[in-house]
Amino acid sequence: MEQRVSDPLDTPQAAKPSLLRRQSETIAFVVMVAALVIAPFFTYPLFLMQAMCFALFACAFNLLIGYVGLLSFGHALYFGWGSYLSAYAAKSWGLSPELAIVVGTATGALLGLLAGSLAIRRQGIYFAMITLALAQMMFFFALQAKFTGGEDGIIQGVTRGHLFGLIDLKNEANMYIVVLAIFLAGFTFIYRIIHSPFGEVLKAIRENEQRAISLGYKTDRYKLVAFVLSATLAGCAGATKAIVVQLASLTDVNWPMSGEVVLMTLVGGLGTIFGPSSAPSSSWRCSTNSPPWASGCWLSKELFS
Amino acid sequence: MFEIFGIPSNALFGQLLIGLINGSFYALLSLGLAVIFGMLNIINFSHGAQYMLGAFVAYLILQYSGLGYWPALVIAPIVVGISGVIVERLFLQWLYKLDHLYGLLLTFGLALIIEGIARNFFGSAGLPYTVPESLRGGQNLGFMFLPNYRAWVIVASLTICFGTWFVIERTRLGAYLRAATENPTLVRAFGINVPRMITLTYGFGVALAAVAGVMAAPIYNVSPQMGSELIIVVFAVVVIGGMGSILGAIVTGFGLGVIEGLTKVFFPEASNTVIFVIMAIVLLVRPAGLFGRRA
Repeated sequence: MEQRVSDPLDTPQAAKPSLLRRQSETIAFVVMVAALVIAPFFTYPLFLMQAMCFALFACAFNLLIGYVGLLSFGHALYFGWGSYLSAYAAKSWGLSPELAIVVGTATGALLGLLAGSLAIRRQGIYFAMITLALAQMMFFFALQAKFTGGEDGIIQGVTRGHLFGLIDLKNEANMYIVVLAIFLAGFTFIYRIIHSPFGEVLKAIRENEQRAISLGYKTDRYKLVAFVLSATLAGCAGATKAIVVQLASLTDVNWPMSGEVVLMTLVGGLGTIFGPSSAPSSSWRCSTNSPPWASGCWLSKELFS
Repeated sequence: MFEIFGIPSNALFGQLLIGLINGSFYALLSLGLAVIFGMLNIINFSHGAQYMLGAFVAYLILQYSGLGYWPALVIAPIVVGISGVIVERLFLQWLYKLDHLYGLLLTFGLALIIEGIARNFFGSAGLPYTVPESLRGGQNLGFMFLPNYRAWVIVASLTICFGTWFVIERTRLGAYLRAATENPTLVRAFGINVPRMITLTYGFGVALAAVAGVMAAPIYNVSPQMGSELIIVVFAVVVIGGMGSILGAIVTGFGLGVIEGLTKVFFPEASNTVIFVIMAIVLLVRPAGLFGRRA
């Protein structure tokens, strides 16, 4: 990785997506959807649903690092708190699953706004350290708060309930379709962001922030919006995961989760839209089944390839 | 026994002592981070893992060769320092041209590997390490009881911190170092081997972490995750202090340790988060950190 992962912009075809490029992306998208539709017949749907949640999480993270060049080391904050609030809303407030997910997503957005407005004051490694520290602060809060179960930090026995009061989500197939829909919606949303004029400004900031400022863009505002968007989607991923696995735990707010999403995104490929979504199934599986240093090896390998 | 602000003096001084102890480790670690960052432009995420490694080397030396605390205090930093030199030669030296983030990511990967290996061999439970014979017992100061070992940690940490500060700010070697931080090319033109200096700086910074690890071994248990728990707080300390100055790292380290200790007395619920809250406030008021220069 001698060059920064910015080459797509250097080539003329990226500035104006050629027909060929757009076609190949469409094909990749169709293949991905087809694979996700067929996959539950061959492997555990629960595993796939979790993988999709992590994939959305990784895509949300990649929106920041891949397209704005901001390395957040605290994305577990939005993922974990999204999952806590959605689990709490579904269990204690008895909200229906779609509302619970909305609550979790809104939590991600709100936390993203708070943390983001602090973190974008610094750049580079400071940005990473600040996001990490803020996430850890909220981790300790989750460790002590009553509603997360205190030291246990676990909300168990969340009911999946009925979507819109109609569709029974206890049925794996129904749940799978819902998660797939959420994942694809999030994925397309990110795709749209990246290819919008707003996304082009983000890429400009990644390439050369000073230049973007001199062109009259209020880069801080753009960075904050991107940060909030990323946090929102991470919250949505966490919220969905809480409904799927019917629990929320401290693992999802703790800092190794922030590290894991960095790994997933790096393994999948920074600044590529399909990379991070394909990585979780492999990387997440690898990190749950084998000792964590395997993922460490992955990372070192990735950096030098 | 008397009371201060309605708090029994024992509790107050006890927490103050714990704060100073924690502060000693914050200071030692953030000092190492600052030194490494100054020379290599890399945030050493594996600092916590190397601190843990120091404690483990001390533990292993005791187990297999029977050498106690004092030899370990010399051997462990050397061993870990050499491992740091190897890491720098093998990996880090290729990253200086790239964005800071790559250094952070690489050392993060290293931290995961080191921690994972340690967990594989020693499990997650802590291993005990006894206080050396010569430092057992304590002094009764009248208002509180001061264990000898804790007093030693504070004194040793202060000595090392100010020793490092003196070497970097007041000696010829330190002048070379500071010059190489500002403009490596020019310093090289004067015939100073800057790459070797960078390598040794990394080794030294890592050795500092290992010293802290050995000193921490008798106080906390020796466990694989002892480093990662600490390093995040140290990152917050570094953000508060700003990377600019060595003295800043030391003062903030001790200061925040004490503040954390006092919070435990007055508002225990917030003791884990107080440092992060301070960090948020400092960022709002002085984004470059208390002692930092605006980059």
